[in-house]
Amino acid sequence: MPKLKLPAPPLPPGLKPAPPRPGKPQQGPLDKAADAGMYTVDWIDERTAMSSGLRWVLFRKVPKGTNWFYTLGSATLFAFLSQAITGVFLAMYYRPDAAGGAYESVRHINDDVFLGEFVHGMHKWGSSVMVILIFLHMARTFFFGAYKYPRELNWVIGVALLILTFIMALTGYLLPFDQRSFWATIVANNITASGPLVGPYLGDFLNGGADFNATTLSRFYAIHMMLVPGIIGALIGAHLWLVTKLGTTAPPWNKVKVPEELIEEKA
Amino acid sequence: MNRREKEQYLREYAILKSQGKPFFPYAVAKDGAMACVVLLVIILLAIFLGAELGPKADPTTTTYTPRPEWYFFFLFELLRVVKPPEFVALATIGIPTICMILLFLLPFYDRSPERRPERRPVATLTAILIIGAMAYLTAEGAKTGPPTEIDMPTPASVKLQGASAVRQYEAGRQVMAQSGCLACHKVGENGNSGPGPELTDIADRLPAAGIERTLINPTAPMPTFKSLQENEPEKFKNLVSFLGQLKSDGN
Repeated sequence: MPKLKLPAPPLPPGLKPAPPRPGKPQQGPLDKAADAGMYTVDWIDERTAMSSGLRWVLFRKVPKGTNWFYTLGSATLFAFLSQAITGVFLAMYYRPDAAGGAYESVRHINDDVFLGEFVHGMHKWGSSVMVILIFLHMARTFFFGAYKYPRELNWVIGVALLILTFIMALTGYLLPFDQRSFWATIVANNITASGPLVGPYLGDFLNGGADFNATTLSRFYAIHMMLVPGIIGALIGAHLWLVTKLGTTAPPWNKVKVPEELIEEKA
Repeated sequence: MNRREKEQYLREYAILKSQGKPFFPYAVAKDGAMACVVLLVIILLAIFLGAELGPKADPTTTTYTPRPEWYFFFLFELLRVVKPPEFVALATIGIPTICMILLFLLPFYDRSPERRPERRPVATLTAILIIGAMAYLTAEGAKTGPPTEIDMPTPASVKLQGASAVRQYEAGRQVMAQSGCLACHKVGENGNSGPGPELTDIADRLPAAGIERTLINPTAPMPTFKSLQENEPEKFKNLVSFLGQLKSDGN
């Protein structure tokens, strides 16, 4: 059995575990639990070889000088996760039924379900928070020139994620099926249909027919909770893979201090 | 960016990276703190602003003018700014599509190796201008009153008649705004131009008595206001007097 070699986390001195005392180790219940945990991790690692990947992700170095602006990306991801979780809970009660069931089910969530309006509110306002964060993250990337070589592809994926976030906001707007969402969606669909070339086809696709009808709501619901979140999840995966592979950018003002051993002495 | 610049960047980045701190626990701690702030903000928004549900969707209403979520206000306002019909498609589809394509292709036309914002004046200024324009349009979109509002200056002739006349004018304006007239009539900058005639200077063409007769006995498809006159004569009087003041030389 391969004995797992835990990578030593590069902790500050105060947090480092004390070295073991000399002599025969005492086996307390805590040590037994630690051994069992070690065994489990070892079992998984023997089959997946996950630890090397994890070590690569977690202990890669981040350039000096990264500041709070660099947390905006992970904050956007966190907002997305919050949307996904609250969305799942809303989906447990929601019925995409244009004949009145949709409005009724949202009213039921708001008025009857335990913490229903709170979760609904988190989902509704979480979308605003996510849009703000994605814009701030994009602004940081732009002003720090982080979209330049070698991270061009990551920028393109990021813009796609921005557009998909807008599509989520637009399709989610219809779901409560109140006056506001109904008429705003009709306007949005009409605008889409007025576009050149693909516009009319896209408008037909969104409406589920030539005009707004009962199919439109089911269609928006499917797009909002299956199609777009799936694509967003995949693209976030690609985005993060590229971030870990290429590394976080250094702030553009950082000066390079060349290590002494690399400086060639001039003759 | 040519080959030499690319190699120089990679070399400098490798040195900067080797001098940095590991992702875990240093960056993770910061990200975690930020995640807590985000969650707290979302929870506070949910508690204090809630998730209100408006009246049920009614496809038969004609007077409802929808408003999008606030972060689409800038697009919404762009539509309101662009008036000539031949340019509407440009505002709805053209400008957003062009902006998106420009955004997608940014790393492919901005090829200079410079990363400091103060040494990329064109890029930085363009971005600031775009952010400013979006902020301005968003603010304007937010300021735009609901469709049940008529924003016209009170004419000087009404002001001259004293406070009670102004009060009646305001009351009449409110009755008109809430009666759904704007769905078919245009008044100043508000309302739809058709199928009804424009009412901005209706008093030039029709005396107050004529307006009153039209309201009670209109030509189809305009609905009659007879029930308003019978049930709330005060409101009806205000409405007639408001319409009677809409003259082209009134202000």
